[in-house]
Amino acid sequence: MEIKSAGKYIYSDIELDRQEGQVIEGLKADSQEPIPDPDQWLDEELEQNILLTTVDALINWGRRSSLWPAICFPACCAFELIAANGPRFDLARFGMEIMRASPRQADLMITAGTLTWKMAPNVRRIYHQMAEPKWVIAMGACAISGGIFASASYAVVPGYNRIIPVDVYVPGCPPRPEALIYGIQMLQKKIARRKNIDVRKLLER
Amino acid sequence: MTVSLSGKEVARKIEEKFPGSVVESSHDSLVVRSDSLPDVARFLKDTEGLDFDFLNFITAVDYYDHFEVVYLLNSLEHNHSLTIKTRCYDRENPIMPSVVGLWQGADFQEREIYDLFGIKFEGHPNMKRIFLWEGFAGHPLRKDFK
Repeated sequence: MEIKSAGKYIYSDIELDRQEGQVIEGLKADSQEPIPDPDQWLDEELEQNILLTTVDALINWGRRSSLWPAICFPACCAFELIAANGPRFDLARFGMEIMRASPRQADLMITAGTLTWKMAPNVRRIYHQMAEPKWVIAMGACAISGGIFASASYAVVPGYNRIIPVDVYVPGCPPRPEALIYGIQMLQKKIARRKNIDVRKLLER
Repeated sequence: MTVSLSGKEVARKIEEKFPGSVVESSHDSLVVRSDSLPDVARFLKDTEGLDFDFLNFITAVDYYDHFEVVYLLNSLEHNHSLTIKTRCYDRENPIMPSVVGLWQGADFQEREIYDLFGIKFEGHPNMKRIFLWEGFAGHPLRKDFK
Protein backbone atom coordinates (compact mmCIF):
# COMPACT_ATOMS: atom_id res chain seq x y z
CA MET A 1 0.00 0.00 0.00
CA GLU A 2 1.34 3.34 -1.01
CA ILE A 3 1.81 5.87 1.79
CA LYS A 4 0.82 9.39 0.78
CA SER A 5 3.28 12.12 1.62
CA ALA A 6 2.13 14.78 4.05
CA GLY A 7 0.26 17.50 2.18
CA LYS A 8 1.21 21.15 2.24
CA TYR A 9 -1.72 21.96 4.52
CA ILE A 10 -0.04 20.36 7.51
CA TYR A 11 3.05 22.55 7.49
CA SER A 12 2.43 26.30 7.31
CA ASP A 13 3.34 27.88 4.05
CA ILE A 14 6.27 30.29 4.09
CA GLU A 15 3.90 32.79 2.42
CA LEU A 16 1.56 32.60 5.44
CA ASP A 17 4.51 33.15 7.76
CA ARG A 18 5.50 36.25 5.81
CA GLN A 19 1.92 37.64 6.03
CA GLU A 20 1.90 37.07 9.79
CA GLY A 21 5.26 38.83 10.06
CA GLN A 22 3.89 41.83 8.17
CA VAL A 23 0.87 42.08 10.52
CA ILE A 24 3.08 42.00 13.61
CA GLU A 25 5.52 44.56 12.18
CA GLY A 26 2.64 46.85 11.21
CA LEU A 27 1.04 46.66 14.71
CA LYS A 28 4.41 47.29 16.34
CA ALA A 29 5.03 50.34 14.15
CA ASP A 30 1.60 51.79 15.06
CA SER A 31 1.97 51.16 18.81
CA GLN A 32 5.00 53.18 19.79
CA GLU A 33 3.02 55.56 22.04
CA PRO A 34 0.61 54.53 24.90
CA ILE A 35 -3.08 55.12 24.22
CA PRO A 36 -4.38 58.10 26.30
CA ASP A 37 -6.93 57.55 29.10
CA PRO A 38 -10.41 57.59 27.49
CA ASP A 39 -11.78 59.54 30.47
CA GLN A 40 -9.19 62.30 30.10
CA TRP A 41 -11.81 64.76 28.82
CA LEU A 42 -13.50 64.62 32.27
CA ASP A 43 -10.71 66.71 33.80
CA GLU A 44 -11.26 69.56 31.39
CA GLU A 45 -15.04 69.45 31.82
CA LEU A 46 -14.83 69.36 35.60
CA GLU A 47 -12.52 72.34 35.65
CA GLN A 48 -15.26 74.35 33.97
CA ASN A 49 -18.10 73.16 36.25
CA ILE A 50 -18.99 73.19 39.92
CA LEU A 51 -21.75 70.86 41.16
CA LEU A 52 -23.77 72.15 44.09
CA THR A 53 -25.96 70.01 46.31
CA THR A 54 -26.99 69.81 49.95
CA VAL A 55 -25.33 67.50 52.43
CA ASP A 56 -28.75 66.00 53.16
CA ALA A 57 -29.36 65.17 49.53
CA LEU A 58 -25.94 63.59 49.17
CA ILE A 59 -26.24 61.50 52.34
CA ASN A 60 -29.79 60.42 51.53
CA TRP A 61 -28.79 59.54 47.98
CA GLY A 62 -26.03 57.31 49.30
CA ARG A 63 -28.22 55.66 51.91
CA ARG A 64 -31.23 54.95 49.74
CA SER A 65 -29.15 53.64 46.86
CA SER A 66 -27.47 50.91 48.87
CA LEU A 67 -30.11 49.37 51.11
CA TRP A 68 -28.67 46.11 52.38
CA PRO A 69 -31.25 43.81 53.94
CA ALA A 70 -30.45 41.63 56.94
CA ILE A 71 -31.24 37.95 56.60
CA CYS A 72 -34.19 37.54 58.95
CA PHE A 73 -37.03 35.64 57.27
CA PRO A 74 -39.05 33.67 59.79
CA ALA A 75 -41.66 32.12 57.44
CA CYS A 76 -43.16 31.64 54.02
CA CYS A 77 -43.02 35.24 52.70
CA ALA A 78 -39.29 34.58 52.44
CA PHE A 79 -39.89 32.71 49.20
CA GLU A 80 -41.42 35.74 47.54
CA LEU A 81 -38.41 37.68 48.73
CA ILE A 82 -36.10 35.03 47.29
CA ALA A 83 -38.02 35.28 44.01
CA ALA A 84 -37.65 39.06 44.09
CA ASN A 85 -33.93 38.52 44.51
CA GLY A 86 -33.72 36.10 41.60
CA PRO A 87 -33.06 36.92 37.95
CA ARG A 88 -36.72 37.32 36.99
CA PHE A 89 -37.52 40.28 39.26
CA ASP A 90 -33.95 41.22 40.06
CA LEU A 91 -33.78 43.49 43.10
CA ALA A 92 -30.17 44.22 42.14
CA ARG A 93 -31.40 46.79 39.63
CA PHE A 94 -32.21 49.11 42.55
CA GLY A 95 -29.03 48.64 44.56
CA MET A 96 -30.63 46.53 47.27
CA GLU A 97 -29.50 43.08 46.41
CA ILE A 98 -26.80 42.27 48.93
CA MET A 99 -28.32 40.15 51.69
CA ARG A 100 -26.15 40.46 54.74
CA ALA A 101 -25.70 37.43 56.98
CA SER A 102 -24.46 39.77 59.70
CA PRO A 103 -27.00 42.34 60.91
CA ARG A 104 -24.13 44.70 61.70
CA GLN A 105 -23.60 45.26 57.99
CA ALA A 106 -27.30 45.69 57.18
CA ASP A 107 -29.55 48.75 57.27
CA LEU A 108 -32.87 47.24 56.19
CA MET A 109 -34.92 44.54 57.84
CA ILE A 110 -37.53 42.89 55.62
CA THR A 111 -39.77 41.01 58.04
CA ALA A 112 -40.90 38.24 55.72
CA GLY A 113 -43.16 36.00 57.71
CA THR A 114 -45.17 35.06 60.77
CA LEU A 115 -43.47 35.86 64.03
CA THR A 116 -44.09 33.72 67.11
CA TRP A 117 -43.57 35.03 70.60
CA LYS A 118 -40.84 32.46 71.07
CA MET A 119 -38.93 33.87 68.09
CA ALA A 120 -39.66 37.52 68.95
CA PRO A 121 -36.68 38.13 71.30
CA ASN A 122 -34.29 36.90 68.60
CA VAL A 123 -35.76 39.15 65.90
CA ARG A 124 -35.61 42.06 68.28
CA ARG A 125 -31.97 41.26 69.02
CA ILE A 126 -31.18 41.21 65.28
CA TYR A 127 -32.86 44.62 65.00
CA HIS A 128 -30.79 46.01 67.87
CA GLN A 129 -27.61 44.61 66.33
CA MET A 130 -28.17 46.56 63.11
CA ALA A 131 -26.23 49.80 62.95
CA GLU A 132 -28.03 53.16 62.70
CA PRO A 133 -29.56 54.38 60.45
CA LYS A 134 -31.88 51.41 59.95
CA TRP A 135 -35.31 50.81 58.46
CA VAL A 136 -37.94 48.08 58.65
CA ILE A 137 -40.37 46.88 56.00
CA ALA A 138 -43.28 44.77 57.30
CA MET A 139 -43.85 42.30 54.47
CA GLY A 140 -47.15 40.43 54.28
CA ALA A 141 -50.29 40.15 56.37
CA CYS A 142 -48.59 38.34 59.26
CA ALA A 143 -45.94 41.01 59.60
CA ILE A 144 -48.55 43.79 59.52
CA SER A 145 -51.14 42.40 61.93
CA GLY A 146 -50.54 38.72 62.58
CA GLY A 147 -52.58 37.85 59.48
CA ILE A 148 -54.80 34.79 59.76
CA PHE A 149 -53.33 34.12 63.21
CA ALA A 150 -54.14 37.59 64.50
CA SER A 151 -57.20 36.86 66.62
CA ALA A 152 -56.98 33.12 67.26
CA SER A 153 -53.41 32.21 67.98
CA TYR A 154 -51.84 32.14 71.42
CA ALA A 155 -48.32 32.04 70.00
CA VAL A 156 -48.15 34.66 67.22
CA VAL A 157 -47.08 38.28 67.58
CA PRO A 158 -49.92 40.46 66.17
CA GLY A 159 -47.74 42.62 63.97
CA TYR A 160 -44.03 43.41 64.04
CA ASN A 161 -44.78 46.93 65.17
CA ARG A 162 -45.36 45.50 68.65
CA ILE A 163 -41.65 44.88 69.01
CA ILE A 164 -39.82 47.08 66.47
CA PRO A 165 -40.70 50.34 64.66
CA VAL A 166 -41.93 49.72 61.10
CA ASP A 167 -41.40 52.20 58.24
CA VAL A 168 -43.32 50.64 55.33
CA TYR A 169 -46.14 48.10 55.27
CA VAL A 170 -46.46 45.81 52.22
CA PRO A 171 -49.82 43.97 52.25
CA GLY A 172 -50.44 40.57 50.67
CA CYS A 173 -50.45 36.93 51.65
CA PRO A 174 -47.77 36.72 50.43
CA PRO A 175 -47.11 39.97 48.51
CA ARG A 176 -45.87 39.46 44.98
CA PRO A 177 -42.24 40.40 44.29
CA GLU A 178 -43.44 43.49 42.42
CA ALA A 179 -45.27 44.63 45.55
CA LEU A 180 -42.15 44.15 47.64
CA ILE A 181 -40.02 46.07 45.15
CA TYR A 182 -42.63 48.86 45.17
CA GLY A 183 -42.47 48.86 48.95
CA ILE A 184 -38.70 49.24 48.90
CA GLN A 185 -39.04 52.09 46.40
CA MET A 186 -41.51 53.78 48.76
CA LEU A 187 -38.94 53.41 51.50
CA GLN A 188 -36.34 54.98 49.22
CA LYS A 189 -38.63 57.96 48.72
CA LYS A 190 -39.07 58.20 52.47
CA ILE A 191 -35.30 58.17 52.98
CA ALA A 192 -34.89 60.88 50.32
CA ARG A 193 -37.03 63.26 52.44
CA ARG A 194 -35.07 62.58 55.61
CA LYS A 195 -33.38 65.49 57.38
CA ASN A 196 -29.96 64.52 58.66
CA ILE A 197 -28.73 67.94 59.70
CA ASP A 198 -30.76 70.29 61.84
CA VAL A 199 -29.97 73.73 60.39
CA ARG A 200 -31.57 75.60 63.27
CA LYS A 201 -29.33 73.87 65.79
CA LEU A 202 -26.29 74.70 63.67
CA LEU A 203 -27.28 78.39 63.55
CA GLU A 204 -27.76 78.51 67.32
CA ARG A 205 -24.11 77.58 67.90
CA MET B 1 -46.56 -2.03 51.01
CA THR B 2 -46.73 -1.88 54.77
CA VAL B 3 -49.23 -4.37 56.15
CA SER B 4 -51.38 -3.06 58.97
CA LEU B 5 -51.67 -5.84 61.56
CA SER B 6 -55.07 -6.64 63.02
CA GLY B 7 -55.41 -5.23 66.52
CA LYS B 8 -57.47 -8.27 67.55
CA GLU B 9 -54.76 -10.77 66.61
CA VAL B 10 -51.99 -8.86 68.35
CA ALA B 11 -54.28 -8.33 71.35
CA ARG B 12 -54.62 -12.11 71.67
CA LYS B 13 -50.83 -12.50 71.81
CA ILE B 14 -50.55 -9.73 74.40
CA GLU B 15 -53.37 -11.21 76.50
CA GLU B 16 -51.53 -14.55 76.64
CA LYS B 17 -48.45 -12.86 78.07
CA PHE B 18 -50.03 -10.08 80.15
CA PRO B 19 -53.65 -11.00 81.08
CA GLY B 20 -55.96 -8.04 81.60
CA SER B 21 -53.71 -5.47 79.93
CA VAL B 22 -55.82 -4.95 76.79
CA VAL B 23 -58.92 -2.81 77.31
CA GLU B 24 -60.39 -3.22 73.86
CA SER B 25 -59.26 -4.12 70.35
CA SER B 26 -60.55 -3.70 66.84
CA HIS B 27 -59.37 -4.58 63.35
CA ASP B 28 -57.05 -1.56 63.13
CA SER B 29 -55.98 -0.72 66.67
CA LEU B 30 -55.93 -1.82 70.28
CA VAL B 31 -56.20 0.01 73.59
CA VAL B 32 -54.01 -1.03 76.50
CA ARG B 33 -54.08 -0.03 80.16
CA SER B 34 -51.60 2.76 80.77
CA ASP B 35 -49.91 0.98 83.70
CA SER B 36 -49.12 -2.05 81.54
CA LEU B 37 -47.90 0.03 78.57
CA PRO B 38 -44.13 -0.34 79.29
CA ASP B 39 -44.42 -4.15 79.45
CA VAL B 40 -46.60 -4.33 76.35
CA ALA B 41 -44.34 -1.97 74.41
CA ARG B 42 -41.25 -4.00 75.29
CA PHE B 43 -43.11 -7.18 74.32
CA LEU B 44 -44.08 -5.69 70.94
CA LYS B 45 -40.53 -4.53 70.30
CA ASP B 46 -38.67 -7.68 71.31
CA THR B 47 -41.00 -10.54 70.36
CA GLU B 48 -39.94 -12.67 67.43
CA GLY B 49 -42.40 -12.18 64.57
CA LEU B 50 -43.60 -8.75 65.77
CA ASP B 51 -40.28 -6.83 66.04
CA PHE B 52 -41.70 -3.33 66.20
CA ASP B 53 -38.32 -1.65 66.09
CA PHE B 54 -39.48 1.73 64.77
CA LEU B 55 -41.82 4.22 66.42
CA ASN B 56 -43.53 6.13 63.63
CA PHE B 57 -45.15 8.79 65.80
CA ILE B 58 -46.89 9.52 69.07
CA THR B 59 -49.82 11.85 69.28
CA ALA B 60 -52.63 12.57 71.69
CA VAL B 61 -56.36 13.30 71.52
CA ASP B 62 -58.54 15.15 74.00
CA TYR B 63 -61.96 13.47 74.42
CA TYR B 64 -63.04 15.81 77.26
CA ASP B 65 -63.46 13.01 79.81
CA HIS B 66 -60.12 11.41 79.01
CA PHE B 67 -56.94 11.80 76.99
CA GLU B 68 -55.91 9.17 74.50
CA VAL B 69 -52.25 8.79 73.54
CA VAL B 70 -51.76 7.09 70.17
CA TYR B 71 -48.62 5.21 69.12
CA LEU B 72 -48.02 4.03 65.54
CA LEU B 73 -45.41 1.28 65.56
CA ASN B 74 -43.60 -0.07 62.51
CA SER B 75 -41.40 -3.07 61.92
CA LEU B 76 -38.73 -2.34 59.36
CA GLU B 77 -37.89 -6.05 59.17
CA HIS B 78 -41.40 -7.41 58.47
CA ASN B 79 -42.78 -4.18 56.99
CA HIS B 80 -45.92 -4.21 59.12
CA SER B 81 -47.47 -1.63 61.41
CA LEU B 82 -49.72 -1.45 64.45
CA THR B 83 -51.62 1.33 66.22
CA ILE B 84 -51.84 1.11 69.99
CA LYS B 85 -53.58 3.55 72.29
CA THR B 86 -53.67 4.26 75.99
CA ARG B 87 -56.08 6.32 77.99
CA CYS B 88 -55.63 8.70 80.87
CA TYR B 89 -58.67 9.80 82.87
CA ASP B 90 -56.95 12.27 85.21
CA ARG B 91 -57.40 15.77 83.83
CA GLU B 92 -55.72 17.72 86.61
CA ASN B 93 -52.43 15.83 86.69
CA PRO B 94 -52.31 13.32 83.80
CA ILE B 95 -49.34 10.97 83.94
CA MET B 96 -48.30 8.38 81.35
CA PRO B 97 -45.34 6.02 81.21
CA SER B 98 -42.60 7.12 78.80
CA VAL B 99 -41.31 4.91 75.98
CA VAL B 100 -38.06 6.86 75.40
CA GLY B 101 -36.11 3.91 76.80
CA LEU B 102 -37.44 1.72 73.99
CA TRP B 103 -37.62 4.15 71.08
CA GLN B 104 -35.35 7.22 71.14
CA GLY B 105 -37.61 8.96 68.63
CA ALA B 106 -40.22 9.38 71.35
CA ASP B 107 -38.09 12.03 73.07
CA PHE B 108 -39.24 15.23 71.35
CA GLN B 109 -42.75 13.96 70.63
CA GLU B 110 -43.47 13.23 74.27
CA ARG B 111 -42.21 16.70 75.11
CA GLU B 112 -44.53 18.13 72.46
CA ILE B 113 -47.50 16.27 73.94
CA TYR B 114 -46.55 17.57 77.39
CA ASP B 115 -46.32 21.06 75.95
CA LEU B 116 -49.67 21.06 74.17
CA PHE B 117 -51.78 18.68 76.31
CA GLY B 118 -50.06 18.77 79.69
CA ILE B 119 -49.64 14.99 79.88
CA LYS B 120 -46.51 14.21 81.90
CA PHE B 121 -44.47 11.22 80.77
CA GLU B 122 -42.94 9.38 83.69
CA GLY B 123 -39.40 8.20 83.03
CA HIS B 124 -38.64 10.82 80.39
CA PRO B 125 -35.14 12.23 81.06
CA ASN B 126 -36.00 15.84 80.07
CA MET B 127 -39.70 16.45 80.66
CA LYS B 128 -40.18 20.15 79.85
CA ARG B 129 -41.86 22.34 77.24
CA ILE B 130 -40.50 22.19 73.69
CA PHE B 131 -42.39 24.80 71.57
CA LEU B 132 -43.85 27.25 74.04
CA TRP B 133 -41.85 29.13 76.61
CA GLU B 134 -41.56 28.40 80.31
CA GLY B 135 -44.29 30.27 82.08
CA PHE B 136 -46.91 29.94 79.34
CA ALA B 137 -50.30 29.51 80.97
CA GLY B 138 -52.18 26.34 80.03
CA HIS B 139 -51.86 23.73 77.32
CA PRO B 140 -53.28 24.97 74.01
CA LEU B 141 -54.45 21.73 72.37
CA ARG B 142 -56.76 20.93 75.26
CA LYS B 143 -60.37 21.38 74.20
CA ASP B 144 -61.09 23.67 77.14
CA PHE B 145 -58.10 25.98 76.46
CA LYS B 146 -59.15 29.58 76.19
